[in-house]
Amino acid sequence: MAKKVAFLQGNEAAAHGALYAGCRFFAGYPITPSTEVAEVLSNELPKVGGKFIQMEDEIAAMAAVIGGALGGAKTLTATSGPGLSLKQELIGYACIAEIPCVIYNVMRGGPSTGMPTGPSQSDIMCARWGTHGDHATIALLPASVQECFEMTVQAFNLAEKYRLPVFVMPDEIVGHMRERIEFPEPGEMEVLDRIKPTVPPEQYKPYDTQFGDVPPLASFGSGYKFHVTGLNKLPDGFPTTKADYVQAEEERQIRKVMADVDNIVDFEEYLLDDAEIVVVAFGSTSRSARFAVNEARKQGIKVGMFRIKTVWPFPDKQIKALAGKVKAFITPEMNLGMCTIEVERCAEGKAPVLGIFRVDGEPINPGQILDKMKEVK
Amino acid sequence: MAFDYDKYLRPGKLPHIWCPGCGHGIVMKGMIRAIDTLGLKKENTAIVSGIGCASRLPGYMDCCTLHTAHGRAAAFATGVKMARPEMTVLLVGGDGDGTAIGGNHFIHACRRNIDMTYIIMNNNIYGMTGGQFSPCTPTGAKASTTPYGNPDPAFDVAKLAIGAGATFVARGTAYHANQIDKLITEAIQHKGFSVVEILDDCPTTYGRRNKFKSVIEMMNRLKDIAVPVKAAEKMTPEQLQGKVLTGILYKEDKPEYCEQYAKVIERAQGGAK
Ligand SMILES: Cc1ncc(C[n+]2csc(CCOP(=O)(O)OP(=O)(O)O)c2C)c(N)n1
Ligand code: SF4
Ligand SMILES: [Mg+2]
Repeated sequence: MAKKVAFLQGNEAAAHGALYAGCRFFAGYPITPSTEVAEVLSNELPKVGGKFIQMEDEIAAMAAVIGGALGGAKTLTATSGPGLSLKQELIGYACIAEIPCVIYNVMRGGPSTGMPTGPSQSDIMCARWGTHGDHATIALLPASVQECFEMTVQAFNLAEKYRLPVFVMPDEIVGHMRERIEFPEPGEMEVLDRIKPTVPPEQYKPYDTQFGDVPPLASFGSGYKFHVTGLNKLPDGFPTTKADYVQAEEERQIRKVMADVDNIVDFEEYLLDDAEIVVVAFGSTSRSARFAVNEARKQGIKVGMFRIKTVWPFPDKQIKALAGKVKAFITPEMNLGMCTIEVERCAEGKAPVLGIFRVDGEPINPGQILDKMKEVK
Repeated sequence: MAFDYDKYLRPGKLPHIWCPGCGHGIVMKGMIRAIDTLGLKKENTAIVSGIGCASRLPGYMDCCTLHTAHGRAAAFATGVKMARPEMTVLLVGGDGDGTAIGGNHFIHACRRNIDMTYIIMNNNIYGMTGGQFSPCTPTGAKASTTPYGNPDPAFDVAKLAIGAGATFVARGTAYHANQIDKLITEAIQHKGFSVVEILDDCPTTYGRRNKFKSVIEMMNRLKDIAVPVKAAEKMTPEQLQGKVLTGILYKEDKPEYCEQYAKVIERAQGGAK
């Protein structure tokens, strides 16, 4: 049977991805270049019995999304730089209280209002470390309209599976560009739901690790009574300051993601088999990089691309393995070197890392990447 | 027979953190009696708070409880209520939590008229952090950050709520303990966003700085300044100087938010226009 196809914008595709994943509650606050997600979902959610609310600010939107998730819904918010900054305290809340939800953040320049709304890839570290305290982060970087759809579905799956907030972060170019998209049939893509408790309500503890590092999550209003707080807590959800326990809990909350890193980290290897130079790229920049790699190959340069799809957790293992084999990495990104720091860390001095950085609101073009390849000795 | 509060309290979670003489416990007991009067099911009742001494209340209650971040209770609760409109949603918190950092969420919850009941415990101070002034600290009063007396004017919480669109607004005091449950009961029964302000006391961080010699003195002040709305009708403006009105201050029927959204769903699905 022919697939259902459409010509959509990245943001619109993400909204449809959310619906496919079973999202039934959206709370947001308008901000370019993310607003199309809100617009599509305000139209589509009520059609499937879901709910859309425009809150008074991004903090409120994040709060409502956490509240809705506790009520049992799969929930989404969408924003961009300034809004992402505002959400940070409550992103930390979702981390420590282990509430699944998805944050779709379209990257525009910064700091602050920056240059609205030119493209950028400068929220990489804000997603990782924007909220205070130690925590695990999962963040996905789509490079096409199709991926905006698919990664949003994947983000819901990861959020539900690991009980944490998950980011999908297209740059503005990916969020706004239009491409052909093929919709998966219902059931074609995996859709995961959180693990619900099997114990009776009297025995339920929201952070009971006897069921593993990701404890089952009940919903408010489903017969289970329990306490949720942003304080460090015991398995029953009540605050504790017991040193040993707090340390072990913090470590578990990171371990629940990092122990499964091989199942989470996704990437694309393009012409890497014999590559002496590896371009590490993501988002719209990876499209310029692919073009540059193809051109360079025509000129006999042995170059390939490692495309980051999951930036957090970072593909440490893969970059480390490449570092031992290649002459150099080239890291084009629309910021002043956020992923480059990570590539350097993983390269461990075994291969030089040559950055190409742009924060002037213009995309990195293939010519710039080609020129950099030619600098490699 | 004495009222059985234990039925609604979580076993093993007492003693509470509140200081001797703190009014917050009186409010919690009033809230429990209201829940009992209405026969609310504990598993169908969500109690949502922010951060502060007052906001620790949900931890003691054997319901679905959500202790959020400072000021954000109304916004979290909006998500809970949208996902579970059939639940009774109660918000609790302090004056600082609700009118400073949470002021924006407070007025917008009022404006939406979403069916929740907000019990705001106004002790005129940031108790938990050691007594800095709040937007409800009277002008001239001493706080740890107003050593020369507070230059700021204070909010009138009830007027703020009415102005913002809340459809039920009441005020009581920690002294008038027997009235608290009646106000909360009516507030919960009201369809829409209801606000119950309870004037209470923080002997530890407000009382001692403002020349109250004892908790009894603080309580007596609450007794003296409170005037029931009915009684106030017969009083002159001079007689009302320095007094605050108590009882149900405002009540209005207006479309409730979740019901309004149910109509959106109907329209989106091609039903009633
Ligand atoms: C974002 C943030 N800012 C500041 C604080 C510190 N803080 C905790 S409680 C509180 C004030 C609480 O006052 P109120 O809401 O009146 O409650 P009370 O303690 O008086 O009952 C403050 C400022 C915080 N926890 N989070
Ligand atoms: S510090 Fe004040 S508000 Fe906090 S528990 Fe003590 S008396 Fe109550
Ligand atoms: Mg206070």
